[in-house]
Formats: sequence, C-alpha cells, structure tokens
Amino acid sequence: MRREGSPFRGVGTVALKEAADHMTSARMHLIMLLVLLTAVGAVYGAIDRIRDTTAQDAYLFLKLFTVAREPLPSFAAFLGFLLPLVAVALGFDAINGEFNRRTMSRLLAQPIYRDAVLFGKFLGGLLVIAIALLTLWLMMVGLGMLFLGLPPSGADIVRGVFWLAATLAYAGVWLALAIAFSTVIRSPATSALAALSVWLVLTVFWGMIAPLVAGIVAPIDPFDPMSMLNRFEWQQAIARISPQTLYGEVTGLLLDPAARSVGPLFMHQMQGAVIGAPLPTMQSLLIVWPQISGLIAAMLVLFTLAYVVFQRQEVRA
Amino acid sequence: MSTVVLEAKGLAKRYGDAVVVAGIDLSVNQGEVIGLLGPNGAGKTTTILMLLGLTEASEGSVSILGKDPLRRPLEVKREVGYLPDAVGFYDTMTGRENLAYTAKLAGMSRDLARERIAAALEKVRLSDAADRPVATYSRGMRQRLGIAELLMRDCRIAILDEPTSGLDPQSTQELLDLILDLSRGGMTILLSSHMLDVVQSICSRVALFNKGRIGFFGTIEELAARIGRGSFVIDVEADGIDLGQLAGKTDGVTSVAAASHGLWQVEATRDVRSDLAKLVVEAGGRLKNLDLRRARLDEAYNRYFREVANAA
Repeated sequence: MRREGSPFRGVGTVALKEAADHMTSARMHLIMLLVLLTAVGAVYGAIDRIRDTTAQDAYLFLKLFTVAREPLPSFAAFLGFLLPLVAVALGFDAINGEFNRRTMSRLLAQPIYRDAVLFGKFLGGLLVIAIALLTLWLMMVGLGMLFLGLPPSGADIVRGVFWLAATLAYAGVWLALAIAFSTVIRSPATSALAALSVWLVLTVFWGMIAPLVAGIVAPIDPFDPMSMLNRFEWQQAIARISPQTLYGEVTGLLLDPAARSVGPLFMHQMQGAVIGAPLPTMQSLLIVWPQISGLIAAMLVLFTLAYVVFQRQEVRA
Repeated sequence: MSTVVLEAKGLAKRYGDAVVVAGIDLSVNQGEVIGLLGPNGAGKTTTILMLLGLTEASEGSVSILGKDPLRRPLEVKREVGYLPDAVGFYDTMTGRENLAYTAKLAGMSRDLARERIAAALEKVRLSDAADRPVATYSRGMRQRLGIAELLMRDCRIAILDEPTSGLDPQSTQELLDLILDLSRGGMTILLSSHMLDVVQSICSRVALFNKGRIGFFGTIEELAARIGRGSFVIDVEADGIDLGQLAGKTDGVTSVAAASHGLWQVEATRDVRSDLAKLVVEAGGRLKNLDLRRARLDEAYNRYFREVANAA
C-alpha cells in the first residue's frame, strides 16, 4: 500500500528541537567539559613535544593532532576513545525517552511520518556532534598558532577537513548504535548500559581479543613464513570489526602524509619509493576509502535496524 | 449537519491469538460529541489508535473526512487532533514552547503560530503559566494544555482519550466546559471515558464497549430504553401501603423496587407521578414525597454491563 506525503516532512523541525535540547542539557555540558579538558591536555602535551623536535619534523601542523607525550594519548586517540561516549550520551534515550515521557503518541499524532522522528533525532544528534567537533578542531588550530606560531597550509586544511568528516562518520556509527538500543530496549538505563558495554568491548578489549581469535583461526606454522602473514591478516580483519580500528587507520593515513599503507608492506613494494615523501591528499584518502566506506556502512546498518524496529513498534507503551 | 465525518467498518485488531477489538462499526456525524464508554481493556484506546492510523487494523476500514488514515495519514492527521491518555509534554520546555513545537510540525508560519498559541492559552486560562516549564504544571493544567494544542491546530475532529481521568471534580468540570466550547466551535469530538456521569452531560451519543465490541451505540435516552426499563426514575415515599403490589399494573411502569421501608424506586417510560399519587391516596396511604429524575447514565451503564456479564 502506497502512502501519500513526504516522509521527510518535519525532519528539520525535529532535528533542530533535538539539537537545541542537547545543547542546553546538563548531560551534554558535562560530557563536553570532559572532552574539552582532555583535548586541551592532549594538545598541550603535543605542543611541548613538538617544540623539542621541531627541527626534524615535517608536517608540523598535522602532528598537533597525532603526537602524544606520555602519559597522555594524542588528540586523535582521545577522540577515538571519547567520541563514542559523547554519541551514546546523546542517543541512548532518543526513542524510549519519548515513550517514558508519554510524548510519543502525541508526537506521532502530528501531521508527520514516524520516519521524520527517527531521522530528526539522528540528524539532531549528528548536528550537535558536528558543531562540537568543529569547535574543538578550530580551538586546536588556534592553540597551535598561538603557542607554536604555526599557520596551517592549504593542504593541511584540506586533510583536516577530510579527517573531520571521517570523524563525524565514526561518531555517527556510535550514535546510530545508541539510537538502535534506545529503540529496542524500553528502559533508558538499560539501553545506556548496553551501549556502553559495546563501547567498552570494542574500544578497550577488542585489541586483546583480535590476536587471540586470530591465533586460533590461523595458527603460525614455524616452517611456513606465509602463515605468519596469514595470521597477521586474520588479526587485522578481526580487529577491523571495531569501528575504533577503522577510525585509527583513517586517522593514521589522513593526518600523516608520509604513511603509505594500513596493512603489511613488502620490500619489493617499496622499490623506487622515496621514503618519507608525502602522498597527495587524494591518494591518502584513496588508501583509507574502504575504511571510510566501512564506517558509513556500519552507521547505515545500525540506523536501518533502529528504523525497522521503530516502524513496527506499537504506539501505546 | 448530518454529514458523516468519521466512519469505521468492521474494524478489528488481533495480537496473535488475543482479540483486542473484534469488529466495530461506527459512524459519526459532523458536530457530534460521542462518548466511547467501557471498562479498562475493552478496546477503546486501540480503537482510537486505529481510527487515527497510528495502529494498523487487522481487518476493516476507516474513513475520516473521506480519507483513509493509513493511505493519506498526513492529510488525516492535519484535520484530526488527538489528546492521548495521560498526555505528556516536554518537561524542560515551557507550555508555550511545547505548543510552538507542534505548531511548527503542523507547518504553521511563525507569526500565525504565535497568534494562535496566545489565543488558545488565553482560552484555557494558562496565559499566566505559559512561560513556566511544564514540569511545574499540575495534571489538570497539562490536560488543559493538551486542549490548547487542539484549539491552536484548529482541527475539525478531536479525539480525546480519558481526558478527565485522575482530575479532581473541579478540574473535571473545567475541562468538560472547555470540551463543550470546542464542540460549540464546530469541532466533532470523540472522547473515551469510564466516568459515566461525567460524560453524560456533554455527549450527544454514546458507544458502549465491551470485550472489543460496541454493545450499544445511540443517545442516552435510547440506551435507557434499550436496557428494557424506562428512562424516568421516581422516588416515592409513602406510609400505610405496599406500592410494589399497587403500581405494578399501572401503564408505563416498568419496575418497582423497594429501597427501604416506605421508600420505593419506580422506573417508568413516562412521567407517572399523577397516577402514582392517585394510587397511593386511593389505597388509603399517606403520600410524603414524589421525586422525578432522569435515569442517570451510570445506572443504565452499570445495568447494561451487569446484563452482559449475566448473559455471558
């Protein structure tokens, strides 16, 4: 049965309302304070470190995001770890919260489709994350200019913008996950816990699980050097189930023009290469295109799951 | 005035083996106030959701203003307002902001919305509280805010689910007055309730729900007649006679019940006070009081459900 009218009617209204809600909520303020503090710490460490090694380093500006000084990780690593937390905080009660506030039936009785509610919630969350990311990024750039006197070049800006877009896709995966949980699970506390468990497993424990599983699937045969490569490839494939791995690879390539590959590289492949010579931005982007596609695909799959469940849900709680 | 604005045919809803609504026919004319009555779990809310197209019916069809709510939901929802059972608002937003949000979803321009929201809030007497967060509102105020939303959207049909449940008598009366106001403004209204004496005062017709079916659909007078007794109730107070034996044969009297010593409750299809007075006096009794009142809906209703339960 074909229905009339656009499913996107009201999406903008819902998205803006959600974004405004997030911007004024105590939850968001707390989590952004955490992100801000860690980000400033990370960049401060990076600036300190860069000062010591200025002479040997090319691409100083991009180093601002990737260089770390013990015990703090780099800014990019921080984002990889904390961004999921931000996304989960924004999405874990998106749908079940409406049911609990008893606003869902009233909302759906307005002349909009259900699609608009879900799209709007997702876009609203993504919009807030995008604003926060852009602000953070500009702040880092500003700090870099102030303390190091480093103006970014045009190429740096282009790489930075691509990296921001990839970061947004990474956050989108976690936002979609949180919204999917909020659709499937009726209690906001349970759905938050579920999303946080997935986050912990994938960001903290996955790095330990991947080699273990790879060791079982593809054991190393001491007389066959290829088995070592085989095992490594298995390990990498398993690790890439975690969006954090994918994001780490994207970051590594986009923020380091000298990086050539995310996988194993053989000597003969390096023949004729000028070691340390930068790749053009588009070439770096091409290398991690599969990773970026993977992130977007994961986001779409999770969102579709939430969409299908939500469309079939009964209005009365 | 007899244009049919809402029609349901053979509407049914099943969840697996459980039948919630088992084939309902309903036809509502423009400007009517229809009461959907029945105990909890009789299928009222499910019926309402199916009428609105918020739940897909297992069987049957609905037509609202000539449109199918499943096929053209946006057009239908633009014309039909819905006030859910225990309506919720966004607690951190003010009453005015809550209405502004729904106005925007309805596609109203900013200026028109501001004007209509102010007028609607004025009408439900929430102007003073309009800029306070809804978290500070009482239950009655939330219901009134819900009515304001219907007013603001200027719908042609309003469906209210248990609008008076959980309200104190004064708030209930205020809310009923507002609903009557809506009706006078030309809105067709369906409201569900289990508080019968409440609905009696404002409904032009009632539908009695029982176990997923409509057992009766008609005016309150028809309901009283249908239940097999008159719609007039007369309390008779007299000494020295047995009214139960005397009045039983009188034309128009359907039943006589002794309420206590010297007090009877007579039900009749017409005003039989003069006949009763004559009977009592002729039999040598002393007549103390004759009190006529119309059958209250809840009496008829309780009797109806007692009969249904006995028949089952």
